[in-house]
Amino acid sequence: MRVPLSWLREYVDLPAEVSGRELAEKLIPIGFEVETVHSSGAGLSGPLVVGHVLEIEELTGFKKPIRFCQVDVGAENGGVRGIVCGARNFKAGDKVVAALPGAVLPGDFKIAARKTYDHVSDGMICSARELGLGDDHSGIIVLPSDVPVGADAIELLGIRDEVLDIAVTTDRGYCLSMRGMARETAIAYGLTLRDPALLDTPAPTGNGFPVTLADPTGCDRFVARAVRGIDPLATTPLWMQRRIQLAGMRPISLIVDITNYVMLEIGQPLHGYDLHRLTGGITVRRAAPGEKLTTLDDVERTLHPEDLLITDGSGPIGLAGVMGGASTEVHEGTVDVLIEAAHFAPATIARTARRHKLPSEASRRFERAVDPNAAAAAAQRAVDLLVLLGHGEADPEVTVASTQPHPPAPIAIDAELPGRVAGVAYERAAVVRRLQEVGCSVEGTDVLSVTPPTWRPDLTDPNDLAEEVIRLEGYDRIPSRLPTAPRGRGLTLRQRLHRRVGRSLADAGYVEVLNYPFVGKAELDAMGIPETDARRSALTVVNPISDEQPQLRTTLLPGLFATLRRNVGRGFPDVALFETGLVYQPRPGASAPPRLPVDRRPTDEELAALESALPDQPRHVAAVLTGTWERSGWWGEGRAANWADAVEAARTVAAACGAELTVDQEQYEPWHPGRCAVLSLDERIVGYAGELHPKVLEQLGLPPRTCAMELNLDALVPETEVHVRGPRVSGFPVAAIDVALVVSREVPAADVESALVAGAGPLLESVRLFDVYEGDRIEAGSKSLAFSLRLRAADRTLKADEVAAVRDAAVASAARHTDAVLRG
Amino acid sequence: MSAPNKSYDPVEVEVLKPEAVEKARDEALAAIAAAADLDALHEAEIAHAKDRSPLALANREIGALPPAAKADAGKRVGQARAAVSRAVAERRAELAAERDARVLVEESVDVTLPWDRAPRGGRHPLTTLTERIAEVFGALGWEVNEGPEVEAEWMNFDALNIGRDHPARSPQDTFFIDTPGYDPDVDDGRDALILRTQTSPLQIRSMLTRKPPLHMVSIGRTFRTDALDATHTPVFNQIEGLVVDEGIGMADLKGTLDYFVQEMFGAGLTSRLRPNYFPFTEPSAELDMQCFVCHGSSVGDPDNPCRTCSSEGWIELGGCGVVNPRVLVSVGIDPERYSGFAFGIGLERTLMFRHGIADMHDIVEGDVRFTLPFGVEI
Ligand SMILES: [Zn+2]
Repeated sequence: MRVPLSWLREYVDLPAEVSGRELAEKLIPIGFEVETVHSSGAGLSGPLVVGHVLEIEELTGFKKPIRFCQVDVGAENGGVRGIVCGARNFKAGDKVVAALPGAVLPGDFKIAARKTYDHVSDGMICSARELGLGDDHSGIIVLPSDVPVGADAIELLGIRDEVLDIAVTTDRGYCLSMRGMARETAIAYGLTLRDPALLDTPAPTGNGFPVTLADPTGCDRFVARAVRGIDPLATTPLWMQRRIQLAGMRPISLIVDITNYVMLEIGQPLHGYDLHRLTGGITVRRAAPGEKLTTLDDVERTLHPEDLLITDGSGPIGLAGVMGGASTEVHEGTVDVLIEAAHFAPATIARTARRHKLPSEASRRFERAVDPNAAAAAAQRAVDLLVLLGHGEADPEVTVASTQPHPPAPIAIDAELPGRVAGVAYERAAVVRRLQEVGCSVEGTDVLSVTPPTWRPDLTDPNDLAEEVIRLEGYDRIPSRLPTAPRGRGLTLRQRLHRRVGRSLADAGYVEVLNYPFVGKAELDAMGIPETDARRSALTVVNPISDEQPQLRTTLLPGLFATLRRNVGRGFPDVALFETGLVYQPRPGASAPPRLPVDRRPTDEELAALESALPDQPRHVAAVLTGTWERSGWWGEGRAANWADAVEAARTVAAACGAELTVDQEQYEPWHPGRCAVLSLDERIVGYAGELHPKVLEQLGLPPRTCAMELNLDALVPETEVHVRGPRVSGFPVAAIDVALVVSREVPAADVESALVAGAGPLLESVRLFDVYEGDRIEAGSKSLAFSLRLRAADRTLKADEVAAVRDAAVASAARHTDAVLRG
Repeated sequence: MSAPNKSYDPVEVEVLKPEAVEKARDEALAAIAAAADLDALHEAEIAHAKDRSPLALANREIGALPPAAKADAGKRVGQARAAVSRAVAERRAELAAERDARVLVEESVDVTLPWDRAPRGGRHPLTTLTERIAEVFGALGWEVNEGPEVEAEWMNFDALNIGRDHPARSPQDTFFIDTPGYDPDVDDGRDALILRTQTSPLQIRSMLTRKPPLHMVSIGRTFRTDALDATHTPVFNQIEGLVVDEGIGMADLKGTLDYFVQEMFGAGLTSRLRPNYFPFTEPSAELDMQCFVCHGSSVGDPDNPCRTCSSEGWIELGGCGVVNPRVLVSVGIDPERYSGFAFGIGLERTLMFRHGIADMHDIVEGDVRFTLPFGVEI
């Protein structure tokens, strides 16, 4: 809402020295976000006066027609002056705005007497745009004939003003009007308000324009007033144009301007119909399926059965509260007009405006609720202005179609509630006074019975009233006191592990990224994921940011691939990234969630039904890495990132969770079929790691040998905390032995190792694979695995024969399970 | 070696003559002093101080002396040998020190050489900022909540007193999921799934399952259909606080917010509340904090503008208010007995002004150059 200060002063006697900025400082603390205070006319200084064009000499011989005018600017301003002007929309005898030498127009445009087109121009005749009064550059301003010659035009045109641009919150629809903002201003300054809606309105007469309310829930009040014989040549007075402009709208024609002006003033949107274009009476009803209406903007719209319509004998003539129809529009020749001031249901108007993408000044107000009692006053105000400015004559008949009015219900509120809500002790008298200031009627003593005014339908609950008291008493009066919580549980195990996982990966050299969860089919295609794969079954966003990525991720990899590609593309060939975040897995057979009640706690069954509609949303962790893992440098050669780093990243995550993964060979997209590890925990698959398939890398535009891992992090988090048992450390000497075993190339090293462990028994302290050999010193198709075993007893020094026995048992076990042969 | 012989004349034992002992001693001392390095000293030691040295050999002859001469000869030889081994030890210490000094110099390296063999990693500042804030409230005994990002409309809207016609519920603002069994044009008591637009559903979930007193923060990702630009992102992070207990009012909210801004931005800062409107709180307020850079000194001082607060003196942090009693009703908490407050803060915005980040793109793009400087904690 744009509020011109000069207009506001019409309803509140603000001290003359109050500036827009000062007013803003008063309004902000009571809930009005003043976005800007615009000083109009700030860059302009006079002399700027009313001139009377006495004579026009048409100059010829120039590229465009030019006029040399004799303009009387009043004796006190030097009398008649010669002024050169290029505009042609005025004639001798017109009154115009003349900027005299010494004046400065917006844009630091200094006016001086100067020679041009062979004549001395002793000033300038101004257009609205040159004065900063809007974009209208159709010509210079022609003033009404009755303005006095020589008068100060800055004053006359209201050029100097301040406009507050206020972001009105959605609950305060009444403040989308001068009436509402004047009320708040009056409260802020403790002044009295002259309510522009306090007008004498005539009682309805029986024989007014026929209006039928066929849908009382959509429209419960419709005031119709006719004014006839309006002078089609009558124009909107400058002051009204100026106010409409300052309020952010455009002056159009007298009738339209008057309806807009009254809307801005009182907050009640009005609509004017050309009486001669109406066919029979008006009926307000919902649209029939398939019905059509061409609105004022000349767009034919197909209507929805929920749309509320104004109709006459010809059919729909307006989308109620949103936009009028083209067929009954007022026009240049309109002389008889019917004014509509109606009250529509906010939700209906909101839906229609949204459905047809037609936000309008009217719908904006109706959506936020309009004072139902303002309709008659607004209609009266419009009628008065049409009579006064358009020289029309008001019909004596008055139509007020109205269903049973619902007066606001009184709210019972403990007089101490505002104090409790704020944490401040307010005087009871202050509570009552504040409620009265906003327009409530208040009765009672300890428990108050408060009836809100009709323009405050947002006041329905005791807390709403408490807010009015607290904001007017000032939020700055609220003290600061820190509430004490009972003993907390701290972070949950899951939360602590998530932190630890992130830290571990960062310590291991990975950089965390947070990708959007949106993916598209193309990305899954590029990853070579089969159509039947569970990762293809994804939720789809109806209104995605990008049509390329309408789905929600089932894996973190696509986002990581894109971010990796971005980093590589920006000149970083050696990158290791990780992400933790949710993936979304629709539950087969899940249905839409039920809409639960809000007037009570839903039952556990109702809540369970809602939960079952949600997808599974486990937290995953994934990493990608490419390029060099260890750099080369003065210390020697580095090495490239490889599949083993990816598996190690998974192990790092598991270790942070206190879990140990089992690693097996597997084939799984998008990994290299020979370099993919499946990772399990307690026989349950929890993820994959390894080098990516070369074809996938090519498709994704990623460097060769890029590696990745992904784990279901939730699956790694134990249900309850596991307490590690502290081992008793043996002080007896260690017996270290090495064994080299030759196995077939296909045999996983992990199998050989676990066979050794099983065979070695309890004396084995640790085992470590320290070398793998494939080559011509052993049989083709086989490999040699060299393990170092450390044996130790808790209670004695091991003897040579004991050590040999353990070694033989371990080797025998490996031979049994993996056909391993001790290398000679 | 000779057996004791009474008739033996000590003077006749050449090596035990005082002059001979002195000579052997002096020769030994000279050789030791002349040893140039530890190897030479070792040789000198063998020649003059060990078993086959003249003094050692002389020592053996003492037994052959008559008893009356033994004591004197033993004393002289013993003193000489002691002087020699002392000289060896001293010289060895000298030479070792010399050697050490030389070798350590020779072994010195250029310690300014880089060791960037394995590059460092880092955590995203949004993650670490979230953790930091969680710690700030954890210190008050509050709990930290997380939960589903795909939500039912009821959890995100209805339960929070956001009516069916609220503009935020339109596809212009909210991401809707294609939900089987849901038809927007048929009102059969079913809703759609959505991507949560705020973390408030987590508060609803907590209030549904637990009894007051409740003190908690809810954190996580939220979604709105804004396009990515310098200050907006469709996927962003929120932190919301909620307290429900007996006798809770706006003063408790103010106290909590003051605590928060002091913990996160510095001692002595305060918060400010300005009336606003949210359906889930009543009264509602806009939450500002005093500018932690200029403390308000830039206001009205065009010569010292503040970029952090645009010389307003205050920085907008988020929204807050007293929990609307209707919300308590919808989760089954008695509004006559309990009241609460809630606040919500955007983490991206907080990160941006706390760390001077000018463009949202840097936060969302995942460029390692942006993330690495933040390390693993913020
Ligand atoms: Zn500042």
